[in-house]
Amino acid sequence: MGYYLAGFPEKSVREFTRLIRFSNVTAVNKVKLGFIVNPVAGIGGRVGLKGSDGSDIHLKALALGAVPRAGVRAAQALRKLELLKDSILVLTYPGEMGENIAASIGFDVKVLGAIKQGNTRATDTINAARIMLELDCDLILFAGGDGTARDIYNTVGQMVPVLGIPAGVKIHSAAFARNPSSAGEIAHQFLTSSQPSIRDAEVMDIDEALYREGTLSSRLYGYLRVPFIKRYLQGVKTAISPGEITALVDIASEVVISMKPDLLYLLAPGTTTRAVTTMLALEKTLLGVDVIKNRELLLSDANESQLLELLETQDGKIIVTPIGGQGFLFGRGNQQISPHVIRKIGTDNIRIISIPEKIFALQGQPLLVDTGDTSLDEELSGFKRVITGSGESIVYRVST
Amino acid sequence: MNQDITSKRYKYGKPKLRRFHQAKWDEPIIFELHTPGQRGVLPPPIEDEMLAKTGDVFAALPDEIRRDEPPALPEISQGQVQRHYLRLSQENLGADFNVDVGQGTCTMKYSPKINEHLARSPKMSALHPLQDVSAVQGILEVMYRLEGFLKSISGMDRFSMQPCAGSSAIYTNVSIIRAYHRARGQAEQRDEIITTIFSHPSNAACAKTAGYKVITLYPDKDGYPDIGALKSALSDRTAALMITNPEDTGIYNPRIREFVDLVHQAGGICSYDQANANGILGITRAREAGFDLCHFNLHKTFSTPHGCGGPGGGASGATEELARFLPVPVVSNDGGQYFLDYDLPDSIGKMTPFYGNAAVMLRAYAWIMSLGADGLREAAEIAVLNNNYLLDRMLKIRGVSAPYAEGKRRIEQVRYSWEKLTEETGVLSEQIGLRAADFGVHYWTSHHPFVVPEPCTLEPTESYSLRELDEYLSILSHVASEAYQDPEVVKTAPHNSTIHLVDHEPLDDPDQWATTWRAFRRKVSENSPG
Repeated sequence: MGYYLAGFPEKSVREFTRLIRFSNVTAVNKVKLGFIVNPVAGIGGRVGLKGSDGSDIHLKALALGAVPRAGVRAAQALRKLELLKDSILVLTYPGEMGENIAASIGFDVKVLGAIKQGNTRATDTINAARIMLELDCDLILFAGGDGTARDIYNTVGQMVPVLGIPAGVKIHSAAFARNPSSAGEIAHQFLTSSQPSIRDAEVMDIDEALYREGTLSSRLYGYLRVPFIKRYLQGVKTAISPGEITALVDIASEVVISMKPDLLYLLAPGTTTRAVTTMLALEKTLLGVDVIKNRELLLSDANESQLLELLETQDGKIIVTPIGGQGFLFGRGNQQISPHVIRKIGTDNIRIISIPEKIFALQGQPLLVDTGDTSLDEELSGFKRVITGSGESIVYRVST
Repeated sequence: MNQDITSKRYKYGKPKLRRFHQAKWDEPIIFELHTPGQRGVLPPPIEDEMLAKTGDVFAALPDEIRRDEPPALPEISQGQVQRHYLRLSQENLGADFNVDVGQGTCTMKYSPKINEHLARSPKMSALHPLQDVSAVQGILEVMYRLEGFLKSISGMDRFSMQPCAGSSAIYTNVSIIRAYHRARGQAEQRDEIITTIFSHPSNAACAKTAGYKVITLYPDKDGYPDIGALKSALSDRTAALMITNPEDTGIYNPRIREFVDLVHQAGGICSYDQANANGILGITRAREAGFDLCHFNLHKTFSTPHGCGGPGGGASGATEELARFLPVPVVSNDGGQYFLDYDLPDSIGKMTPFYGNAAVMLRAYAWIMSLGADGLREAAEIAVLNNNYLLDRMLKIRGVSAPYAEGKRRIEQVRYSWEKLTEETGVLSEQIGLRAADFGVHYWTSHHPFVVPEPCTLEPTESYSLRELDEYLSILSHVASEAYQDPEVVKTAPHNSTIHLVDHEPLDDPDQWATTWRAFRRKVSENSPG
């Protein structure tokens, strides 16, 4: 240590590197970072309450001895932005909902709204997100779980970039970074980059009331606009991974070209399946199942009984893509394609599509099925081909 | 005076960090040095007497091959040219400068300078590919004997050295696969090629380029290519398996013979990418594993050398059954006379003009001759030993792991992951490489496809000494500890290189970059007002 810039004292080197690194963030125009901590997120997990949504659950959890941890995780993420603090104005909610953490790190903080300390509600998150949207935030960084993500999604939709710090019991949504530190890193990159990268990421949530009764049922609620870190590659042998859009077009063309006349194509929810309808110049119900026949939209946002009725007299194929961060094929976010529907159409008539990066991100974990019918899940398991591009596929394990 | 004068460079037997700073010349590009009228060489004017005898020597040139305008070459003196390129060379971190173990999969070994002298001697460099074969018996003999070596090393029956790169050889092999199935009337039906995610991506790319559908297998939980996945992928549509072994993770697939047999049973053929052959020379062979085709990268395993964009050499090998499809010409011998043999009626044709890179073949021949069979095996063993030494020491560095086949030894390289360090510090693999450059070593950041998070691929070969490996390790270990203690230093690196932190983002904007001087000028004029 100590000679990385010969002749310069270490402090000035640090100052210098800080300047070049943050040169595109000026103190005059501070970036506006919305910061929301759902202080009760994750509180139910350790005491076995399967989530913390619903007004009285967190009080019950506290009574059971739960210790809030969302604040700790939110602070881990926010500390990654500490070097930028002169360039950021943090818009946040009072006390435990963000103010305490942001102020203790030394950020310039603007506190919005009011809360009941120790008894915050989902409406607080929703109000905070709404005001941040009105104040034209550059990014909303929130700490919570799937329920928090859903509340924010319902409030801001796709109008402002949002990034989740995982702090809840349930993290099925892809809108969360892998851990608090990487959330901070991604936010850092996003706020200092001249060309930040943003993509649609799923907001998933289970019905917690049903879940606590022992029934697992999850839904795809929508897509948040989420920043991510692009990986830059170097070297003459580098093949820069095609952008997500190119990959999607590639997959869609593979699917469209192989479509056969008079067959029903059941397009499960997802951005990858949406690319297929886009190529056919059709509208996709992002959260629903659409049926295509002869390259025309036959039925949009179909439910189970409509699908079964169609399949009574006609053959078809299911086009499905892994949903959420864990790579669920069936049983999360696409329950319209029920065990009944799958059996009717035949397990041989399922085509799985995915961009390669989504498979890489699973890091060897299998794709999952949880249809509610265990013997069907067994049949769906094993090695399956996942179409990853035009004429390209990966053989990947599907498991229960 | 028994004092060890090198002692200050070592601590506990390990090298201390080098106090390095690279040159920075702020050198303009050569077109900017252009001064009208300047010349490197000024030939004297032709005497009248001479001119009277020869007439206009250019008069014989047909009009259609004359340029309308002279080429826009920079006009510049010899001394300036020399300074220009020497300055640029100092701003590089070339293979001759640094401990080049960070460029895994590339087999960056030392290429003896004597072989370079041989290749550059007029005996080689003044040869012309259109010379009559009777005048080039020497180099043809070298090619013929080199083919003999490669046959022994692989067990294959015939080689073509016409391909000029690894990918060129892989494409040759795909073309042979297609020709083979076409000859059997199955070209239409067999349209799928199977590969693995950690085989060289060139296999998938070449298969795709040749029009095949590509199926990629993932490793099983132990890090080996999954035989269950292979079984599920095989069918009467399978044209071939194209596979690297050991894979780019350094993991050798011990069930390779089973893989090959399964593919054969399905009617496909098996092509062995031997780009990673450096750890298995004299130990395993393509023949014994049952392969029908293989290829070597002469510029990797056989030191001709690798890097700086070429020239390369790819040697495609085939069994007797498939040899009839090899590119022409191959070198044959008829009663002591070597000749270029075009008599392969089923040949896929030519991969390159003429016969491939003859000077590369000469270097490979010289390298193999200098080692002999025992020497090749010893080189492989040292490469494996070096690699496992690195593996052992690397895993002691905080934040490093060697995913897949954890706890097992590797062959000649390892694809490490800094995922843990990234999670804990926010420092990316790429940034570690840029910081390592501050200590004068190169670290590669291309590990396509990006399956291993925050990858780092090290391949030490047999060429580096223990001290040099230790130096490389000390650098990575130092940078890792900086990542934990002072991550900004790493994230803002390099600090001691010619060029400091580069903003990559303009690379996403075609308006902001140009790959040639001409393109640059066009963009500048297009973008300038008026």
